[in-house]
Amino acid sequence: MLRKKECVAMLLAGGQGSRLYALTSNIAKPAVAFGAKYRIIDFPLSNCINSGIDTVGVLTQYQPLVLNEYVGNGQPWDLDRTFGGVHILSPYEAKKDTSWYKGTANAIYQNIRFMKMYDPEYVLILSGDHIYKMDYDKMLAAHKETKADCTIACMQVPMEEASRFGILNTNKDGSIYEFEEKPKKPKSNLASMGIYIFTAEKLFKYLELDEADRDSEKDFGKNVLPAMLKAGEKMFSYKFEGYWKDVGTITSLWEANMDLLGMVPNFELRDQNRVIHSRSPLALPAFVEGEVLNSIVATGGDIEGKVVNSVIGTNCVIEKGAEVNDCVLMGNITVKAGAKLNYAIIDEEVEIGENAIVGAPISEAVKVESKTSGIAVLGRGITVKKNGKVSAGEIVDKNV
Amino acid sequence: MASTVGVIFSSINEENVPELTKVRSIGSIPYGGRYRLVDFALSNMVNSGITTVGMITKSNYQSLMDHLGSGKDWDLARKEGGLILLPPYSDETETLYKNRLEALKSTTSFLKKAKEDFVVIADSDAVYKLDYSRVIDFHVKNNADITMVYHEHEVKQSHYYITFDTDSTGRITELDINPTSGGVKKNYINLMVARTSFILDLIQNAIQRGFKSFGRDILSPGVNTLKMYGYKYDGYYANIDSLASYFKANTDLFDKNIRNEIFGDRDVYTKVNDSAPAKFASTAKVTNSLVSDGCLIEGTVENSILFRGVKIGKGTIVKNCILMTDNIIGENCNLAYVVSDKNSVIRDNRVLAGCEAQPYFINKGSLI
Repeated sequence: MLRKKECVAMLLAGGQGSRLYALTSNIAKPAVAFGAKYRIIDFPLSNCINSGIDTVGVLTQYQPLVLNEYVGNGQPWDLDRTFGGVHILSPYEAKKDTSWYKGTANAIYQNIRFMKMYDPEYVLILSGDHIYKMDYDKMLAAHKETKADCTIACMQVPMEEASRFGILNTNKDGSIYEFEEKPKKPKSNLASMGIYIFTAEKLFKYLELDEADRDSEKDFGKNVLPAMLKAGEKMFSYKFEGYWKDVGTITSLWEANMDLLGMVPNFELRDQNRVIHSRSPLALPAFVEGEVLNSIVATGGDIEGKVVNSVIGTNCVIEKGAEVNDCVLMGNITVKAGAKLNYAIIDEEVEIGENAIVGAPISEAVKVESKTSGIAVLGRGITVKKNGKVSAGEIVDKNV
Repeated sequence: MASTVGVIFSSINEENVPELTKVRSIGSIPYGGRYRLVDFALSNMVNSGITTVGMITKSNYQSLMDHLGSGKDWDLARKEGGLILLPPYSDETETLYKNRLEALKSTTSFLKKAKEDFVVIADSDAVYKLDYSRVIDFHVKNNADITMVYHEHEVKQSHYYITFDTDSTGRITELDINPTSGGVKKNYINLMVARTSFILDLIQNAIQRGFKSFGRDILSPGVNTLKMYGYKYDGYYANIDSLASYFKANTDLFDKNIRNEIFGDRDVYTKVNDSAPAKFASTAKVTNSLVSDGCLIEGTVENSILFRGVKIGKGTIVKNCILMTDNIIGENCNLAYVVSDKNSVIRDNRVLAGCEAQPYFINKGSLI
């Protein structure tokens, strides 16, 4: 019997995410909690299944324990399949060339055999650190229509931010004539979203070539894409319109969480057409006794304090007299009576003692010189003791 | 624990709550914001180490099947055993089962196939937490034929019920069906343990003799002829036998101790849905309430249970209500003691009120 998949997705989930500091001390960036009940990886995985792609390789390397456990057999995303489904792809030992993944291109190269098992015509390359909803099937249709060898999803960003991205310079028909990785003087504001569709045989060919090139950094943006362009392969841009956010920094992670709030939020998760799936925990609905304003709250909580403009994750306990403003609480967090939390991201399993003070009101905090624009960050599993204090912009990864 | 198989009646005593069982089995009645009543007996079984469960169904079991699926949310999608639906069996002489004993007949082939030594037979109209392996241990220790689990509370005389007395060893000495005297008694909670082979013999015997009633024809005479023991369950127990008791069992969850007892140390499994987290507007005012994923609250909510996807409009006041999945409440409404079944829509400015003893019930899918 012919067993093949038209399109296989490869999700790059191995990055350390060092700009998330304490939040990624022990877990890979795609496993970081987001939006009260999700993890970042829920977005690309859900986009895959919602786009009809049921074969996904998740490439892990850095601190994969939580990520592996979370992805599991893929059942929450309907990715538990007899043929296809989700597969965790860790670096492995081979007869020759045992090695870690040395770059995005090398990671995919090391898994060519995995992709070939499905004899795909197309390969979709995804990043594990973006928050967005996208129909990859539409992008694939565009890829087929232009008969491209590679299609790169892109979106317009403010010109002043363009130098932070890979920038595409395109012709009128959308074909790409130049690719610049983080240019100092960008010629356009079309930023690559790090989402590529390759015609499979071309991908395999250029990965082999790149692997053989000793000077290559084994990176898609820096090496593989420019090499393809230079060789005259057909490369097209695919313009995406909609919400998309790279959550690689503390500030952008906080902003993306806040984008969920409000009656008309910047990013709407409530529509039932393209549901973001997640490994939902078993817990009672949230018990709410206090004051919860302009916030979202996941199940299992016991909210008896005051919560304003915040994202409250699963199983959080906020005691009477505690106050939480402009915060992201990831899950399994206890905030004891009288504690005051302002402008902070609190990782999972944190306990905040009575009358402790974390962060400062947003108007003051933003004036503080820090790596996080004044956002206080508490790492996974720490305890802030009774009357303890964490200043605005402080990053804490041990008990205080 | 000793190898044990579970049997659950998902469709018995439905006449007690006609409002809620109009469109579903009793086991499928929504409870506590995200659960169905059957989740409690089923989770008790799973948490007691039981991995094979037969679910006796009757009519209207589509909702139940939709909830249970393959059983994967209870870890019961198994190659060996797992969750097995036992649809009603009828031949040319019989129609749908009319009582507990006839229903039990439909388990015969399931129990014959089971390799397990013991069987736990439970109803699905109650909220409680019990490790059934303790009942099995008690059963084995006493070398009993049947162990019946009881809970001590005031007898409710409105329904068919069984009470009994035991001696100091726990052996049942007297058993009453619908006793006329009230007061606090040992109430049988329709949860029994026996050897699988014993139950199979019992069913066979009942068929041969044409028995009609499990209580009158088997349990009642059994006091003298069988070794029947009573096992005391003294935890939280809420039997759903009226709309008022349904209302009370839900609002009991506002008590932290009860929440912790039922949901604290062991999971209660249920079907998992992916809804966005609950959203509270800056006009929301919520006190003493359970709020599920997918809710959108702009109004005032007090002492209420909101299931998944409930919307409360601006200026609306909801007090002492149970609003099931996807209820949409418009603006400037006033609701008190309302139990609204799934998918109903209450238009702007409506005022609806019941009382604690008789909540105002809204049928599934109504437009008011």
